[in-house]
Amino acid sequence: MAETTTFSNATQILEPFRGVKRVTIEEYFTSGHRTCQGCESALVMKLMVKASGPRTIVLGSTGCMYVANTTYYTTPWVVPWMHTQLGSSGSAALGTAAGLKALMKKGKMKSEPINVIAFCGDGGGADMGLGAISATLTHKEYNSLILLYDNESYANTDIQLSGMTPYGANTTFSPPGKVKRLIHTRWKKNMAGMLAAGHPECRYVATVCASYAVEMMNKVRRALTIGGPTFIHSLDPCPKGWDYDPMLSHELGELAIETGIFPLYEVEDGQVKYYGKTKAIVEGRPRKPVREYLLKQGRFAHFIEEDLAYFQAKVDEMWEKWEIPAVVPFRRLDATKAALSAK
Amino acid sequence: MAVVTPAAPAATEEDKELLISGSEAVAESLTLADIDVVTAYPIRPYDTVMQAIAKKISGGQLVAEYIVAEGEHSQFEIVKHASTVGARVFCGSSGVGWMYAMECLVVTPPLRVPMVALVGNRALDDPGAFGVEHNDALVVRDVGWLLCWIDTSQEALDTTLIAYRVAEDRRVFLPLAISADGAFLTHSQALTMVPPKSKVDRFLPRYDRGDLLLHPDNPITVAPQANEDWVIEIRRQNNEAMARAVTVIEEAYADFRRVFGRGPENPWFEEYMTDDADVILVGMGTISLPIKVAIRELRAKGKKVGLVRLRWFRPFPTEKLVAALSKAKALGIIDRDYSFGSPFGSGVVANEIRAALYNADRRPPLLSFICGLGGREVTLEDVYKAVDLCTAAAAAGKSDAKTHWLGVRE
Repeated sequence: MAETTTFSNATQILEPFRGVKRVTIEEYFTSGHRTCQGCESALVMKLMVKASGPRTIVLGSTGCMYVANTTYYTTPWVVPWMHTQLGSSGSAALGTAAGLKALMKKGKMKSEPINVIAFCGDGGGADMGLGAISATLTHKEYNSLILLYDNESYANTDIQLSGMTPYGANTTFSPPGKVKRLIHTRWKKNMAGMLAAGHPECRYVATVCASYAVEMMNKVRRALTIGGPTFIHSLDPCPKGWDYDPMLSHELGELAIETGIFPLYEVEDGQVKYYGKTKAIVEGRPRKPVREYLLKQGRFAHFIEEDLAYFQAKVDEMWEKWEIPAVVPFRRLDATKAALSAK
Repeated sequence: MAVVTPAAPAATEEDKELLISGSEAVAESLTLADIDVVTAYPIRPYDTVMQAIAKKISGGQLVAEYIVAEGEHSQFEIVKHASTVGARVFCGSSGVGWMYAMECLVVTPPLRVPMVALVGNRALDDPGAFGVEHNDALVVRDVGWLLCWIDTSQEALDTTLIAYRVAEDRRVFLPLAISADGAFLTHSQALTMVPPKSKVDRFLPRYDRGDLLLHPDNPITVAPQANEDWVIEIRRQNNEAMARAVTVIEEAYADFRRVFGRGPENPWFEEYMTDDADVILVGMGTISLPIKVAIRELRAKGKKVGLVRLRWFRPFPTEKLVAALSKAKALGIIDRDYSFGSPFGSGVVANEIRAALYNADRRPPLLSFICGLGGREVTLEDVYKAVDLCTAAAAAGKSDAKTHWLGVRE
């Protein structure tokens, strides 16, 4: 059984959209979903498949973008879509890509590049599914994109904290009380940096925010074009979970970047490239104080000055102390030596 | 010097005979079935099949995507998704590894994914134990997996081919687990007839997912939120598929016998010296070996004892089994599993058979035995003891309502 010579591991070539007016008009995520007013993640879904085009298979792990999107008989997905288990976005991408590859290689299916995208929420991706995503990012012979839509809580199940919930936030698992003002005191995982640093053969990792829609779509297109497994982390303001007026979703996305809390960057073949307003910060534009972002959200309404100061100091540390600012939290060796000699 | 061109070997219809283990026999069938995607993760004893497949792939006999997963959960999810885009898939596990995949195991039947898996039966740690118990595979008995137990390398090879034929039949489209006793079958070699590909191709059609194929040319949405609006109808569809599997299994075995010239007439269970038996013992898997030896010894002494070795547990062959068992004067069900707190503290098989017999016109006294747990050897003495108790129950015309543990320190 020789492998057929017609098979190739090629990807679709998806050139970047040069401006919003050049974006294709076709939609592949349309009516039928029932997400909340102001839901940024629904916009991410729409932009994600707009960017990928029709020859795409989407796998969605359990979460808002499953439960709220795919009520039986009212699917918004124009492209083929399938549910996968909460911790299985990595496995879903890998299995789908491997199935297609096997069938095309053996001449059992017409050979063509089909985009495979698996998405997960922060709970499914950064908590439960981290191991499977990590494994998939080492399988360089299978083309796929894993997109993490991060609304910073288990928003589908009643807003419980996840490993991606910001320090101190009020969730149904971390309600502020008279004795304990802050129940949740863990700092958020650095997903994109961790996955880029930990998977040297993964050619493309990026962070995006749908407040910058064209750039977000172009990162998706780059991830699908470059080949092998790729990863995108999208920060998605969530009116219900973050407790703010739904009209502020876009603005909060911008503020997350302008305060430096969420950096926009891509890591392509090991090269870190900042973009958008994050690039301006790297080039010297001052970051906005984190309080401008935090105090617009009810989940931080219980914060006192001490909490705001702690949060600001942690964000300052990301930018001032990290070896690659806001991307890789290692310290320079000379700084370590200095710390040792000071003792 | 004349150039001698060797003649192309004539396509042969001959089987070849190999000395192989149960796991290696399964790997021979997977090669013949030309599987497309296979996922491996190490746990004894099932993993010998993955070692055998890896050699088939590195040796060029099989072209397939061979993925070593990072855990059983992913192992089963990967092939589940590969199957939905049309790939013929294989997977497997043992003991707590199978349990680690449990979430994926329960979603596979309602997705109508005809995955075939090998369960190398193993005790559920803790405490650590590599030996056979059937509780691992039995946990999926209620959720839509087809479940069968095999006894020999030949049966391993034949059943694997039958498994794809049954699972991938559009009337069924359910996952199928082949249970093989750890060590006793997975690691034990026996002479096995391996058929040529040409015969297999006449028996096993291509996997065709039809209108359920996940592909841009067939842009369906799979497994949406159905909730109370639809879930009960979907459950009933699963149940109907399981019921249809009865016919499909019988067709497959009949066709197997036609193409390969071997295989049982009765797919559901093997009957050994049951025609005139007063006492019939029932068990699954390789436990048949000590039981058959004991039966021959007992027959030499004039005791009429027989064995029913159950092959198929799901679908459960209720009517046929009742017909075969109700003619005996006493039944002894030997479970290599347990079900703590169950009726009479019996094993799973004993209580299934009790339930199956409930509406029968004739219900022989039924004794329940548990033995061989954790891979402990089942001895002839264990079997003799069971037969003695059954003989007494036959004479009394009734059985005690308890479960006897055999070969256990008191």
